Amino acid sequence: MIRIDSVTKRYPDGTVAVDRLSLDIPDRSITVLVGPSGCGKTTTLRMINRMVEPSVGAILIDGVDSRQQSVNTLRRGMGYVIQNAGLFQHRTIVDNIATVPRMLGWSKDKARARARELMERVGLDASFAKRYPYQLSGGQQQRVGVARALAADPPVLLMDEPFSAVDPVVRKGLQDELLRIQAELGKTIVFVTHDIDEAVKLGTMVAVLRTGGRLAQFAPPAELLSDPADAFVEDFLGADRGIRRLSFFSSAGLDLLTAPVVAIDATAEQIAARGTTEAPYALVTGLDGRPLGWSEPDRLTAGQIDVGRLLPCGRPFVAGQDSLRAALDCAVLSPTGWAVAVDDEGRAAGVVSQASIAEAIRGAHAEGREEPRSTGAGVQKVIR
Amino acid sequence: MNVLNFVSAFFSDSAHWHGYDGIPTRLWEHVQYSLEALALAAAIGLPVGLVTGHYGRGGNVLSLVATAARALPTFGLLVVATIVLGFGMLPVMIPLVILAVPPILVTTYEAVRSVDPSPVDAARGMGMRETDVLLRVELPVALPLIFGGLRSAAIQIVSTATIAAYVSLGGLGRYIVDGLYQHDYEKVVGGAALVAGLALVTLALFWAATKAAVSPGVRRSN
Repeated sequence: MIRIDSVTKRYPDGTVAVDRLSLDIPDRSITVLVGPSGCGKTTTLRMINRMVEPSVGAILIDGVDSRQQSVNTLRRGMGYVIQNAGLFQHRTIVDNIATVPRMLGWSKDKARARARELMERVGLDASFAKRYPYQLSGGQQQRVGVARALAADPPVLLMDEPFSAVDPVVRKGLQDELLRIQAELGKTIVFVTHDIDEAVKLGTMVAVLRTGGRLAQFAPPAELLSDPADAFVEDFLGADRGIRRLSFFSSAGLDLLTAPVVAIDATAEQIAARGTTEAPYALVTGLDGRPLGWSEPDRLTAGQIDVGRLLPCGRPFVAGQDSLRAALDCAVLSPTGWAVAVDDEGRAAGVVSQASIAEAIRGAHAEGREEPRSTGAGVQKVIR
Repeated sequence: MNVLNFVSAFFSDSAHWHGYDGIPTRLWEHVQYSLEALALAAAIGLPVGLVTGHYGRGGNVLSLVATAARALPTFGLLVVATIVLGFGMLPVMIPLVILAVPPILVTTYEAVRSVDPSPVDAARGMGMRETDVLLRVELPVALPLIFGGLRSAAIQIVSTATIAAYVSLGGLGRYIVDGLYQHDYEKVVGGAALVAGLALVTLALFWAATKAAVSPGVRRSN
């Protein structure tokens, strides 16, 4: 465990970057440091690998003061990923990744073999191995940055705004990739970002820092969203924290109606048996069970369903896997106000109204049954 | 008679290709002086430029020294050095080295200082020793510019090494100095053409060396 023990960083000009900060960073999980610029989050991260030395206080790694070992030994045991990846432009991708193993005295062949293994792990095609950094996109470069940090298999990974220089689509891909890698490797990751959404998405624990380097709140993301410690944290979380908190509630508890679901080849009896009770619209599915669109009940005639005249059903949510937030989003976007649930294979599992989603939200809030955040694997499914 | 006629007459005279005053001998002397001066200047300019560039300090002092050195008249320096030290190789090397150090020093400093700071930060963060940060991260990227500094120093040395002839030494300057004295303009122009040719060869050699030494991953634009 990394323990930051009442650490202060004061610069010679009197600026206080970090002020009496204490944090216990749990092992094998992602701890996110988040806050506005000037809150000392990067300084805090850089004090862990002694790129910055604390003025007061100590940083303990497994109970031992980090100053007990030499700076370079300490740093070689911690992967370090920075904003623009910071790749060595004169080295090929494979040699960039092999840097730390080579410094640790591995043979060239062994280090390169390890580098190729890591390329696969971070989702880089083997054909990139002999290329140079300038031949890669920003997102690919950052994957190399992560692979390079993981090369010597360090137990700790320090990441300083690693994904903030890439576009949102690539960023989401990198975030998902990080969660996947973390589920496989279980590193102790300290992750700095100014993006609260990123913090909530990635963090097992989130430390919100305020300007002047003071800790505002240190809590799991769900708790942060439900119980912000003060007005600063509440403000920093933004106006839609209630909606975002729904990411932590599973859609498993929703009452899905299957009666309004009608196959495109349904017989007159099946259409009649559907009843017109709860849902004002019927969901028409294809022969493979996938949703095609919504139909008004009086347009349903056996054998004459015109796919071209159906209302679009939009993006469905995966029942039980996606969160209540995803379900609510589908309902809000649906032209009928009803959300379509599908199973793992994409087949329609039922439909659910905004009203019954609202019911589920009230129930979930009452029980306070957020999904626990200990493993990376489960989380990325819930958050969509 | 025009210049080209002088040149062809000089080079077709077989007497100019043999003996202690023959072209091969004089050329070889010139190359030796130039290499020696370049090696000395690089031995001073490169380490100082690398270290100051790495730490990003001393830039002002550096440019002051460089400007001062550039202001020194090479020929005057040669005369003073010869008066003080007597005839020999050393009085010739002093002005040549002083001529060549500023371009090497200043470009090396600038080349290292302008290396993108993020790979340097990454290198330190992964526990690279400071000398390795300089030699394995900064130097390879700074190499094209550093070669540029060495190249302009080398060209200046090659063209200025003719002054060795003024103090009774050899080199291609011999033809120019002797030719002027003997009013043998064929010799003067021939010698000058050889110096110009050698400068072009130097240029070509540096081009080849840069191409061979700089990693294909290093973009010339930055």
